[in-house]
Amino acid sequence: MNPIDKIRFFIKENMAIINDDAILNDTDNIFEQGFVDSMFAMQLVNFVESEFDIKVENEDLDINNFNSVRNISLFIERKQHI
Amino acid sequence: MSSDKRQKAIIEEACLFAELEIQPYATEFDQQGALPRELIEKMAAKGYLAASFPEEFGGLELDPVYYGLLTEVIGKACCSTRALLTVQTSLVGETLLRWGNKHQKEKWLPLIARGEKIAAFALTEPNIGSDAKNVSCQYQKNGDNFIINGRKKWITYADIADFYLVIAVNEDKVSAFIIERNSNGVSTKPIHGLLGARAAHIAEIEFKDVNISKDSLLGPEGGGFTYVVNTALDHGRYSIAWAGVAIAQAAVEAMVSYARQREQFGKKIFHFQLIQGMIADAVTKTHAARALCLKAAEYRKMQNPEAIIETTIAKYFTSKIALEVASDAVQVHGGMGCCNKYPVERLFREAKILEIIEGTSQIQQMIISKYGLKKYHCSRT
Repeated sequence: MNPIDKIRFFIKENMAIINDDAILNDTDNIFEQGFVDSMFAMQLVNFVESEFDIKVENEDLDINNFNSVRNISLFIERKQHI
Repeated sequence: MSSDKRQKAIIEEACLFAELEIQPYATEFDQQGALPRELIEKMAAKGYLAASFPEEFGGLELDPVYYGLLTEVIGKACCSTRALLTVQTSLVGETLLRWGNKHQKEKWLPLIARGEKIAAFALTEPNIGSDAKNVSCQYQKNGDNFIINGRKKWITYADIADFYLVIAVNEDKVSAFIIERNSNGVSTKPIHGLLGARAAHIAEIEFKDVNISKDSLLGPEGGGFTYVVNTALDHGRYSIAWAGVAIAQAAVEAMVSYARQREQFGKKIFHFQLIQGMIADAVTKTHAARALCLKAAEYRKMQNPEAIIETTIAKYFTSKIALEVASDAVQVHGGMGCCNKYPVERLFREAKILEIIEGTSQIQQMIISKYGLKKYHCSRT
């Protein structure tokens, strides 16, 4: 599974809404659209760190790094190239 | 010595420490409503207040499995003493380790480890408990500084703490701050008449125009709930999960010992099958609770993202069965169980507290049911 598929799969597995018809697009803001709740943010940080072997620092905690499948993927790419 | 052997040796030593230095005095601490400073110093000298911290900060580097076992050992001896670990190491220490900047970690963690500074986690307020996102304690920017105003309540160890990890709000931004007790405008008032945790120096804190520097901000501004509170509560729940195992184990031991010595109708009461039923249930529940904690521990060790939900499940279950087992332990003791000369009276009171702190059982049920509704929906597989 490539990184973006892994991220999409992880978010779908942990979506807060109980709706089989919900469609998650890669650019959807997962927090604003209610796909996940704030508790999920820590789970997401743990997932990103353990799955992609990176360390999320304080300065990385900009919500824009974590609010969509696409942005999470771009953030991981940036961290892996540092 | 392998890491496993080293950690095992620490736990064995902690068992002896708890048996000699804590357990014989637990009733006294409870009745006097205070934990002696000398005990805190002795625990610090053993490294227990920084058990899970890296060595560079004065820690013992216990992994989650052994840290859990340490929590059980201390908690079995005395709940209020275990609460010191929950607050220092789990709620504040681990959160500082995760989100503190270099300066904050280097300043505070060794002080916690040495027992020179006591910390407290100040989230709950007089009118805000489970609805933690809506704290009303305010912060405002004042040049490079922040001004804090508000009240916190039910804060464990607040009455003797040297600094607080405080959650406050500015419009829609919830942020976390480290505030020293000796700052101008900080005052505390101890809370008496508590059901449990009577020796844990629980207090109310008032912050009145407390002026703190920008360096006091922990984590990003606006990340106070999403990152700081969630991290703290996750570690706190892990600690409380083991606290439940500790109470259940202590209650089982008290129940069995009493059943083996108490005679009624001409024989020891353990011969009666209804007593055996309570013992069987207590043993089974305690073993199941420990198994859930160990599963959560392994997930935490592996940094598995499901560690958070496994911790929640463990906390929910162990706090529930701790109360059930302690209740049955009182039942086996009969009238003696209702008297503070026997530890089961205290265990019963302490067990109830675990169903409320670090997220009530009802909040845990909401989280677990949401997880179950997603995870076990058959048509998806």
